[in-house]
Amino acid sequence: MASTSAETGRAEATLRDVANAHQPPEWGRWLLWAFVLFVAAEFAWIVARNPNFGWPIVGQWFTEASILRGLGVTLGLTVVAMTLGTALGLVLAVARMSQDRLFSSLSGLFIWFFRGTPLLVQLIFWYNLSTLFPEIVLKLPFGPVLASWNTNDLITPMTAAIAGLSLNEAAYMAEIIRGGLLSVDKGQVEATDAFGMTRTRALRRVIIPQAMRSIVPPTGNQLISMIKATSLVSVIAMADLLYSVQNVYNRTFEVIPMLMVAVIWYLIITSILNVVQGFIERYYARGERGAGSADKAPIRVEEPA
Amino acid sequence: MSKAAEGAAPMVRARNVHKSFGSNEVLKGIDLDVMPGEVVVVLGPSGSGKSTFLRCINHLESIQRGFIEVDGEQVGYTLRGDRLTKLSDHAIAVQRRKIGMVFQQFNLYPHMTALENIVEAPVGVHKQPRREAQAYALELLARVGLSEKANAYPRQLSGGQQQRVAIARALAIRPKLMLFDEPTSALDPELVGEVLNVMRDLAGQGLTMIVVTHEIGFAREAADRVVFMDGGVVVEHGSPQKVLGNPQHPRTRLFLSRFIEKV
Repeated sequence: MASTSAETGRAEATLRDVANAHQPPEWGRWLLWAFVLFVAAEFAWIVARNPNFGWPIVGQWFTEASILRGLGVTLGLTVVAMTLGTALGLVLAVARMSQDRLFSSLSGLFIWFFRGTPLLVQLIFWYNLSTLFPEIVLKLPFGPVLASWNTNDLITPMTAAIAGLSLNEAAYMAEIIRGGLLSVDKGQVEATDAFGMTRTRALRRVIIPQAMRSIVPPTGNQLISMIKATSLVSVIAMADLLYSVQNVYNRTFEVIPMLMVAVIWYLIITSILNVVQGFIERYYARGERGAGSADKAPIRVEEPA
Repeated sequence: MSKAAEGAAPMVRARNVHKSFGSNEVLKGIDLDVMPGEVVVVLGPSGSGKSTFLRCINHLESIQRGFIEVDGEQVGYTLRGDRLTKLSDHAIAVQRRKIGMVFQQFNLYPHMTALENIVEAPVGVHKQPRREAQAYALELLARVGLSEKANAYPRQLSGGQQQRVAIARALAIRPKLMLFDEPTSALDPELVGEVLNVMRDLAGQGLTMIVVTHEIGFAREAADRVVFMDGGVVVEHGSPQKVLGNPQHPRTRLFLSRFIEKV
């Protein structure tokens, strides 16, 4: 009697063991998948077959020299404006959080102005700076003139575009970076203080690496909007990707195919950036629970000779 | 003060230290000397100001009256002629470099491995050669019994292990003075022992230590002197036998009796 109950007990334990459970097939989900794929394929087919998209023309112009030059300008402007914007944004963020009233209010004023006005207006202002200040003069107060420039020589479409884009970007990046710095535990700052680290070293080695976890995702967002924001510079005659395709369709009137060329290039760049962002996020997640490989390759320390 | 040589200069000298947060006066005139090599355990109920006092010693908190001196230098200020002047942030950072600190919440750098945590200050602040600092770090990890965890990140360690790494990190700068701010208060009860063992070893090796804690047992075994604080003042201090065995002040007696009830 006892042995049979033990046996049924064991049988039940095997039967009830969740390790042996199997999942019933989810027919509804398969059906939904099939339907969605069908609709997507159908849509792609319609777009591909529609002669109004002018796919042969897209193919013909896709890697044309002037388009590639425009693409180069777009990428170059993005990299330069984003780099300057981030660097200046970091300075602004640190100044904004400073105990010093002067620094924090100056930084606040900058952010208020450059976030508060449209980028397009800022670009046009920079481009037309010479109407406000025809000459830029460097001189000592009440002293001799050291150097002077004609503003029109100084402000080319290129410098106006870089100034406009990076100053605007700096204001947004400052707020993103400030948010990241605030997300770091107060105890970390205290530890760096207690060890007598300088403020810059503490930021570089301890605070910023931890803040990066919350800085990277919105920065990826900013970078992608920056790539598209560079298309605004076409209003100040800067030959970026959009300006280049506009140049072509103003001659050939193939508006849609040429815009498709630009759209596909923009999509390719943003896709690559998405992948890169994924790698960067994984890098800064190290030390987090469940973040990839647990241990680093062990460090071998040789005895000092 | 058994270990201290007669006539030696104190490592820490605090005189009439006052500190308030807004209108709330937390320290109401603390006087304390700690001699080189001495292990001082500061006991007291929550809110007695003992942690605040500890944090004033390396100027994590500024004080409003009185002065504190560490190793012959006034903390946070300097005499220029006969005018007392505030030190710059950088000069204060330099002063802190001879003081090791262990926090209640460990405060290890989560993005660095145990070994990287330990060598950060020696290499980055004290400009030691990396290889030398790593060798010493491994030696310290062995001393706290964590040789095999050199490449683990803090999240992969238990609370007790993290605190032992934090102690090794503080020792790596070869401090003249070690401050422990409730080092076992954030730990699960079964992990307290391993941390106290490490601290007991250190106490036996002639390191000057100030320990703020609730561990009466540790005070009894490892302290040269026990300081009992309540309401922002030092109520009484003396050898562990005297303060813990035969407390003179009713507030000390009350505190200790509550503690014994709990155990």
